[in-house]
Amino acid sequence: MREREDEWTDLMRSAISGDDAAYHRLLKAITPVLRAAARRGLARAGQPVDQSEDIVQDILLAVHLKRQTWDTNAPFAPWLFAIARNKLIDALRRRGKRIFVNIDDFAETLPGETPEPTASPGEVTAQLQALPPRQRDVLQSIAVDSTSIKDTAAKFSMTEGAVRVALHRGLASLTEKLRDR
Amino acid sequence: MDTDQLIRTLAADNAYRARPIGLALMLALLAAAPVSLLIFFAELGVRPDVMTAMHNPFFDLKFAVTLALAASAIAVSLHLSRPEASLRSFGWWLLIPAGILVAAISGEMMMPQRTPMMTRLIGKNSMACMTAIPAMSLPLLVGALYGLRQGAPARPAVAGAVAGLLSAGLAATVYASHCTDDSPLFVATWYTLATAIVASVGALMGKRALRY
Repeated sequence: MREREDEWTDLMRSAISGDDAAYHRLLKAITPVLRAAARRGLARAGQPVDQSEDIVQDILLAVHLKRQTWDTNAPFAPWLFAIARNKLIDALRRRGKRIFVNIDDFAETLPGETPEPTASPGEVTAQLQALPPRQRDVLQSIAVDSTSIKDTAAKFSMTEGAVRVALHRGLASLTEKLRDR
Repeated sequence: MDTDQLIRTLAADNAYRARPIGLALMLALLAAAPVSLLIFFAELGVRPDVMTAMHNPFFDLKFAVTLALAASAIAVSLHLSRPEASLRSFGWWLLIPAGILVAAISGEMMMPQRTPMMTRLIGKNSMACMTAIPAMSLPLLVGALYGLRQGAPARPAVAGAVAGLLSAGLAATVYASHCTDDSPLFVATWYTLATAIVASVGALMGKRALRY
């Protein structure tokens, strides 16, 4: 488990110094751990576990938008689990459940335990439709149609810089909508 | 959007770099400062005898207290903007201004005084102090919260209260140059009350504004 967490720290350091592939790998690697913990939290609160994917996406968005608060000299896992715990508590509170979420719920997930997503998550998709048209089109193109930034720019006759700005703003306002819903 | 698609999208946004929180906080405070200074110069102004007052160590000590409050609250604010941080390791920093104040009070106690203790404590400017510090703090507090929104505090209300402390510390530093009450007893009473008001407002505002 120590090894796994050291690997995350290394990947996040590379990501911050500009390695997009490392960042992709890191997000892929943490997702099953987050999913398992979200399920455990939902189960303990007596909630259907098939809502876990919305929570996972919530956590991933927060990780992405708050990564500047991670101290690159510190290990990555405690930072990640603090964010995940906060988001899980938030999600359960929104469902009217007040439960104690232990940090160990995240740390104790075994590396072999890799649950697959169950129900398709609805909340991000729903909020996507409420975004300003330009942000929505860019996000749709990159996320759903998996078009590259370059091709998306060509498709909407925008500059690549403008696509990047719309992409980031879209992710930020998506997160804001999820928080304030 | 399934999770794999979301992950790919986040990775595509990896090039985006947010401002470091320290910088964001500083810029937001710099933007808010003119509003507070405008309130100060329009309503209060520096006391006329400031040049002689500067030779009074108790006049200077007011600035030591308020600046220590502002500086320690800024440091704690930046610390609390990290999701895994708590007050436990850094909270004692906030005791530094209180310590200076206690030392100043004991210093004053040991000196011969022309006016009785209660007169010094009540002073002449208590109402001005209680309104001016919160009024001048408010723009700074809004600025501070705006800057700190870059962060991810585990307890937004606590982080908001500390943002209140930092804005009250800055506002009180400016206000201290107007106020003719220099007794540490006055500072300990009225500055503290005014600061507590601002910290409570900060906690209420932060609870909403600093959620992430």
